[in-house]
Amino acid sequence: MANPDYSWPPMDKRKHIGKPYKRLDGPQKAAGRAKYTSDLNPKGMLFAIYVHSPYAHAKIVSIDTSEAEKMPGVKAVHVPDTMKAGTEIQWEGTEVAAVAATTEELARDAARKIKVEYEVLPHLVKDGDLAKAGSHAKAGGEGVTGDPDKAFQEAEATSEGQYGIPVINHCCLEPHGQVIQWIKGSAADGSQDQVNAWPSTQNTTGWAGSIAPNLKVPVSNVKVKMDYIGGGFGSKFSADAWGMMAAELSRKAGGAPVKLYLERAAEQMIGGNRPSAYAKIKLAGKKDGTVTAWQSESWGTGGFPVVPGPPQPYVYTNIPNIRKVHTGISVNAGQQRAWRAPGNQQASFLTCAALEDFAAKIGMDPLEVFKKNAQYSPPARVDTYRYQLDKAAELAEWKKLWKPRGTSSSGPIKRGLGIGIAAWNGAGHGSQCRTVINPDGSVSVEINTQDIGTGTRTIITQVVAESLGLQMNQIKLVIGDNSLPPDNASGGSTTVGGVSSSSRKASMNALMKLFEAAAPSLNTQPENLEAVDGRIRVKGTPAKFLTWQAACRKLGTNSISEMGANVPNQAAAEKLNTGGAGGAQIADVSVDTETGIVKVNRYVAVQDCGLVVNPRLSESQVYGAIIMGISTALFEERVIDDATGRTLNPEMEFYKLAGIHDIGNIVVHMDIRPENDSRGIVGLGEPPAVPICAAISNAVANALGVRVPDLPITPERVLRAMERKGES
Amino acid sequence: MSSKKDPERPAPPKSGFSRRGFIRGVGIGGGALGTGLLENEAVAAPAAPVGPGPVPITLTINGKPMKLSVEPRVTLLDALRHHLDLTGAKRVCDRGTCGACTVLMEGKSVYSCTVLAIDAQGKKIDTIEGLPVNNPVSTAFVNNDAQQCGYCTPGFVMAAVGFLKEHPAPSETDVRTGLCGNLCRCGTYMGVRKAVVQAGQAMKGGTNG
Repeated sequence: MANPDYSWPPMDKRKHIGKPYKRLDGPQKAAGRAKYTSDLNPKGMLFAIYVHSPYAHAKIVSIDTSEAEKMPGVKAVHVPDTMKAGTEIQWEGTEVAAVAATTEELARDAARKIKVEYEVLPHLVKDGDLAKAGSHAKAGGEGVTGDPDKAFQEAEATSEGQYGIPVINHCCLEPHGQVIQWIKGSAADGSQDQVNAWPSTQNTTGWAGSIAPNLKVPVSNVKVKMDYIGGGFGSKFSADAWGMMAAELSRKAGGAPVKLYLERAAEQMIGGNRPSAYAKIKLAGKKDGTVTAWQSESWGTGGFPVVPGPPQPYVYTNIPNIRKVHTGISVNAGQQRAWRAPGNQQASFLTCAALEDFAAKIGMDPLEVFKKNAQYSPPARVDTYRYQLDKAAELAEWKKLWKPRGTSSSGPIKRGLGIGIAAWNGAGHGSQCRTVINPDGSVSVEINTQDIGTGTRTIITQVVAESLGLQMNQIKLVIGDNSLPPDNASGGSTTVGGVSSSSRKASMNALMKLFEAAAPSLNTQPENLEAVDGRIRVKGTPAKFLTWQAACRKLGTNSISEMGANVPNQAAAEKLNTGGAGGAQIADVSVDTETGIVKVNRYVAVQDCGLVVNPRLSESQVYGAIIMGISTALFEERVIDDATGRTLNPEMEFYKLAGIHDIGNIVVHMDIRPENDSRGIVGLGEPPAVPICAAISNAVANALGVRVPDLPITPERVLRAMERKGES
Repeated sequence: MSSKKDPERPAPPKSGFSRRGFIRGVGIGGGALGTGLLENEAVAAPAAPVGPGPVPITLTINGKPMKLSVEPRVTLLDALRHHLDLTGAKRVCDRGTCGACTVLMEGKSVYSCTVLAIDAQGKKIDTIEGLPVNNPVSTAFVNNDAQQCGYCTPGFVMAAVGFLKEHPAPSETDVRTGLCGNLCRCGTYMGVRKAVVQAGQAMKGGTNG
């Protein structure tokens, strides 16, 4: 028979999808009962402590572990093969060796006894000044579109500015790490090596494959389990060096489980960061606000290996005349990792700041300039951006509150409004799911995905309950175990589309099998049946039905077990999920020109994400993205000392995160319209995290009448910008 | 903080402005700084030195005496997590900054990473495990989606329990100050503000938990 109809039910017919259910794992988490992998204390577990390089650039001369090995409680000491005399270390915090002992205190004592001699080499840790980068600068090729020279010559107006967005840390509250156990096989009984791992990961499906080749253990012998993760934001996709290290320590300690999580300072130094971006940008345009040309010279760093720059111009990709060149800088500092919309925050900041400066130069309302130039965004998104900009302006009371630059008041407190915009793909990743319907009516759903705090458990359960016509509490969901059908990494906002589609298809496939079992009793064909409100009933004749339980009893002793897959290049045709999410945001800030302190009064976000499975959880994603963004715009920066190469703020008392009193009021408007709903599900974790730096920087420029060029916008930087304004 | 008592330390001023009093007064959420230990330290008799090896101690946790053996340098947080398998309190900054390790000591919220386990003897310690799963504060956090990854949440809940004991009917503005000693990375503060206000209303100023 034909495949079931997988498409989502119409908006007005949905019983569970689109409803604001509370997150299902909420009670366990909010009562401290949820066990994160860093909470696990399996019997006989050893604690491991790392030895990190204190130098940003150095050569290892010698490593002596002999004293550490004799320390009380020490069960294993390990130095990776890559760390030996002559090894060149390229950033502070590099993992040189580690110790596993019966208590964390003893492991720490022993780690201190490992003697590493270094030959300290010259370093480069600063990236803000391209002229000082010397041989660390790797220029990319120039990209030219149209005829920028001609466009600048013919321009009615031009503007220029310099902008900087620094390296920041992921600062996951649960640091990177895992508990792991490597039990060696034995030739005597023919057993194979077995690895049991409990990592903190955004990728329970791919984690085993990221470590097995290095361990030389078959992937199928690496068992991975994780119920909860304390934050990842793009930094926790693979097993990493610490996975290998802990496994080696376990092997050396005879198979005891080993817990190795980065301590906070190491987490900040090597657990991931967002690359910096600096740019000198010139725009040419007409006095009606139309931009005609873009020219940018940009640079930035992602750590020691050079990484590409952010996409420019952003969203307004079809500006007809463009000249751009980006130079990557290699610095002696920890490597970048994907940071919640990689490259996009930098890109949005650079583009939106330049556009706002152009609007100020021609004396035009930036809202009109952003809307006018929306013509340069991808054609399918032009109307969406204009709608969203208008909606955000309405919610932010733009017409009432926006004033030309620096004219908000004559007193010391200046108010300003600023715009930021976002684009993201967010189509569902490849995903497989199994739905099992049992003769006793119970339903289980199995999928090796992870709920990183986005609400994945809740969303899958809503989809399955909707598909089978059941209540939420009738669905038993199992995730976070690599013996289950494979899903994929939670990165790129791809999870919600992937798991919703695979669980929809698995459940509809299973339901069709149940229809086949129930149809004879109802004197009809399986395709004439539907599942509604706990009944299997004949379409158009609701009085002819079997209860769910009665229908399941028709299975006899055999359960139904059906798979469903999201295949990315088929998904759009199935209308289950697609890519393409946009958003417009407006910051409303007050700046105290005497102290330099910036306060967020109100922050408005208008965000589309296709079909919204759970509005409560969607709004939480947007709130969270904005709070994180406010934190990065006003407070966060990795600071490394030029002279010593040492990180000055690797601990959380100096690496500042926004607190509950720092964020103002946030207004979220989910753009739920039929034309968005019909696109299917689109991921949401990243798009709303993109525009905040842009919107806040623009609001501060609007308030002060002068751009504070570099983020974060600290009081010191505000005061310096005011000084420059006074001088000019 | 040292566990060794200093007999040379002058008695605290009986009234007027003192640094200790000032620290206590900084924000209603500065609870971890302003509780028992600092005050009692100055008047306690000198204790016999213990350690450096493990010493047997008894902690009164959630109303029950619990015996364990820890080195004197072990924090209350690590004693809870590593020795008693009470893992609701999380280790995030380990330096008294983020509040993820918040527990109550003598009814007041403290950062358990800044208290030594041996110094917590004889004190009434309440951890989140002592609250029922559906306690009013946790329930308000669930109802307002005041959590995402959830790693900061138990600390927030305990800080809120301590805060509500002293401020039973807070406004949202009060909560912004009172809970400023806890940090979240996922950005759940909007929900937390609402949750703590609602929890206060749900408890109608009664006892917590």
